[in-house]
Amino acid sequence: MGDMVVPLSRCLLVSALLFSIGVVGVITRRNTLVIYMSVELMLNAVNLSLVAFSRHLHQLDGQVMALFVMTVAAAEVSVGLGLIVAIFRNREHTVDVDSMNVMKW
Amino acid sequence: MSAQAVLFTIFAALAVVSGVLVIRLPNPIHSALALIGNLVSIAVLYYTLNAPFLMAVQLIVYAGAIVVLFLFVVMLLSSRGEVHARKHLMWLAPAAWIGALLTFLGAFAMIAMDGGRVARPSDAVVVGDPASIGVLLFGKYLLPFEATSILLLAALVGAMYLGRRGESGEVEDYGGAEEANDG
Repeated sequence: MGDMVVPLSRCLLVSALLFSIGVVGVITRRNTLVIYMSVELMLNAVNLSLVAFSRHLHQLDGQVMALFVMTVAAAEVSVGLGLIVAIFRNREHTVDVDSMNVMKW
Repeated sequence: MSAQAVLFTIFAALAVVSGVLVIRLPNPIHSALALIGNLVSIAVLYYTLNAPFLMAVQLIVYAGAIVVLFLFVVMLLSSRGEVHARKHLMWLAPAAWIGALLTFLGAFAMIAMDGGRVARPSDAVVVGDPASIGVLLFGKYLLPFEATSILLLAALVGAMYLGRRGESGEVEDYGGAEEANDG
């Protein structure tokens, strides 16, 4: 594997694009599950830039960070989907975020 | 262009396209399937960036476990009643323009950065194989690693608590308070 086969800027541009797509998804969609998927897109974009910097700086620390991000994402998804299911069962029988606008009922 | 650069370009384009599909497709199941494409493309990007172990973890944890969880919940919940995207987003136009401007500036800065010299700890190219990742994980990052295990345990307990049934085996009933609020 050569040194600078893929320039750092291109990795960071792809990462920025994916992150922006995730932000747009979170803002524009109303389905809670799709919003969660958009959050996953953003986490993956950050992971990509961590790995790119790891390659660029010849240090593995960035890859370990990406591993931690993946773990946190897994925990977040399990709790978040549990929350969505609980809200769906107890509340409106919908996954529309606009109907989840109270903190107590 | 080397093989790695070609792979990177192809799969970066695939990742972006499938990412757009995730947020544009109306059916959440199709979104989840597009998310698989996105995650697999990013796994290939990891491989081209000297991170084969992360590629395997990405495929197993993300494309395997997390997307399956998503698909389960999508099929469990959102079959009835389509939820449409928002319509009135014009108030976001200034933010979008400023964001695009900042992205362009950042892109120029990044491209300019490519030519510069970087102070690196070592000149040797590192590859993230399981052995070297493991040495770091159980050496330098031992404390965060243990903290992560506690986090996972907490998430496990929390998910079980959220998913539990009521005492009588029925769905927990908060209906009284709801009716009091609505009425």
